[in-house]
Amino acid sequence: MNIAVCVKHIPDPNLPGELDGQRLKREGVQGTLDPGDEFGVETALQLKQAHEGEVTLVSMGPPQALEGIRRGLSMGADKGVLVSDDSLQGADALITARVLAAAIKRTDFDLVIAGVESTDGYTGTMPSTLAELLGVPQLTFTNAIEATGDALKVHRQTVDGYQVVECSLPALITVTAGVNEPRYASFKGIMAAKKKPVEELSVADLGLSADDVKVAQNIVDISQAEERKAGEVIEDDGSGAAKIADYLKEAKVI
Amino acid sequence: MAKIWVFAEVNNGKVDTAALEILTKARELGGEVEAVALGPGSTDAAKELGQYGATTVYASDDEVYADYVAQPAAHALHELVKEHAPELILFATNYDSRDIAGRLSARTGSTLMSNCFDILGTDKARTTIFGGATVVDVALEGTPKIALVRPKSFEPEASGGEANVMPVEVDIPDDLKKAKRVERHEEQASGPKLEEAPIVISGGRGLQDASNFELLDQLAGAIGNAAVGATRAVVDAGWVPYAYQIGQTGTTVKPGVYIAFGISGATQHIVGMKGAKTIIAVNKDEDAPIFQIADLGIVGDALKILPQLIEEIKTRKG
Ligand SMILES: Cc1cc2nc3c(=O)[nH]c(=O)nc-3n(C[C@H](O)[C@H](O)[C@H](O)COP(=O)(O)OP(=O)(O)OC[C@H]3O[C@@H](n4cnc5c(N)ncnc54)[C@H](O)[C@@H]3O)c2cc1C
Ligand SMILES: Nc1ncnc2c1ncn2[C@@H]1O[C@H](COP(=O)(O)O)[C@@H](O)[C@H]1O
Repeated sequence: MNIAVCVKHIPDPNLPGELDGQRLKREGVQGTLDPGDEFGVETALQLKQAHEGEVTLVSMGPPQALEGIRRGLSMGADKGVLVSDDSLQGADALITARVLAAAIKRTDFDLVIAGVESTDGYTGTMPSTLAELLGVPQLTFTNAIEATGDALKVHRQTVDGYQVVECSLPALITVTAGVNEPRYASFKGIMAAKKKPVEELSVADLGLSADDVKVAQNIVDISQAEERKAGEVIEDDGSGAAKIADYLKEAKVI
Repeated sequence: MAKIWVFAEVNNGKVDTAALEILTKARELGGEVEAVALGPGSTDAAKELGQYGATTVYASDDEVYADYVAQPAAHALHELVKEHAPELILFATNYDSRDIAGRLSARTGSTLMSNCFDILGTDKARTTIFGGATVVDVALEGTPKIALVRPKSFEPEASGGEANVMPVEVDIPDDLKKAKRVERHEEQASGPKLEEAPIVISGGRGLQDASNFELLDQLAGAIGNAAVGATRAVVDAGWVPYAYQIGQTGTTVKPGVYIAFGISGATQHIVGMKGAKTIIAVNKDEDAPIFQIADLGIVGDALKILPQLIEEIKTRKG
């Protein structure tokens, strides 16, 4: 089973976000592999263990996104593809999907794996747009996966429970953080990752035109969100529960 | 007049409330408001959609839309778009809608904007970035434009209209019948629904163990008319089902009172509950970000305070 995993390199989510004009600042910002994508890499590695094949990491981003790919390679993926191009700055979900679809079509894939949503952009729609462009069905929001050689059966999380969904391969799935426990990269893995092949491609290499990557979403206004103010904060000296009860009484709920 | 479409999910014969919220907003934009509903119960749902402002409802009761994930609905929508040329298509940020909208975007070449909490016109919408700290207005180009709107962004208000029902008769090719739903498991929660409850009691990783969630149920029972919610951290850990999750990827709640036990207050959680009238938080870390938005913050051990509070309320209620 050959698997392509979408991995996004994002600004470190523990640092405050910054805007560069009307865009999310990415250049010169400390970055990391999106923690949500480690679940996708782990899923792929487990499937490879059971069904053989190759795991290819696919990413679109600035040149430093190579670090994110290296991280996935050090976990055990086989190779990487990075699409980097100045014309992709500010790309929306549709453009990202077009680029990733073109890159993935060059590989011989049976399954594509992505995260449910990215930590920085969280549109949550890139994967289904990608599935449509690849002409494959999508099983989103999965938290349990069973695979045979040519089909999948997954649990798809829903608002009030879950659905069991089946489909044949090729297909695309998105995985939640509940699906597995991503492995740590070993020292050996980190060393091996340095020698694994990563293909670097431009928009032109993929045969896409300037029109295919033309941004159709622009920030026209920025303001600060209204903030709630902090109220009183008190140390619990044994009277905390009574204090809460007083508040509930005041709010007329008891 | 610009045509604005609202995609309405109909589940078990019930129209998704978010569709009614979005219809209410769409009316304000001054275009021609229409709705699309696909799957069992859709024709019957047209009546309610009409009451909230849809002048026409394109409806199909075909099981194919419920049986197979996203592909048939995206195909039918695409056919309808080609025929009727809407300017803007609005979806609620729900799982099925999100999947369908994503596929439609690929087909129509439309830019798609996610997580909108306000629609400013047929070509402009508002969202937040940096976990809710910064508000941005985004202009959208091309036709049709697609936007996903967060539930609870608007108050639903009926206008008392009546919709003209247009049956959707689109053939769904067999190669779009691939991802098949073979089982559905729905947990029936007791008590009020999370998004409707006037009081929400919520727990995070600070509760230490799944079994301690029982204390939240007991507190909800003691107070009455309260629902129990959770953070994603504990949902991912499998302590409680996904239905409990409050926040960016979960439910948005706007109760009168929200009580958080052992929740740090990550931005992704806060966007789902900061609309509460009164927020009370218990956390043993005095620097927990949740205290920055709480009306009452108690620095203390949730596992100690919870049993005391349950007793206190039982006593006061007599
Ligand atoms: C793309 C994306 C989407 C997300 N969507 C959501 C979402 O929809 N909803 C959501 O909730 N999260 C979401 N998250 C996760 C979010 O970032 C946080 O990780 C999560 O909310 C943390 O949950 P928590 O507060 O339970 O856990 P922690 O952050 O681990 O906090 C536990 C808290 O408990 C306190 N504590 C420990 N012991 C005790 C005790 N005995 N008594 C009292 N307090 C105690 C600690 O001081 C700490 O503050 C999302 C993240 C991403 C990247
Ligand atoms: N630039 C990118 N490169 C690789 N994968 C991406 C990229 N953007 C999004 N993805 C994948 O799509 C998922 C959903 O992203 P989003 O639609 O941005 O919320 C992520 O978890 C990634 O797996």
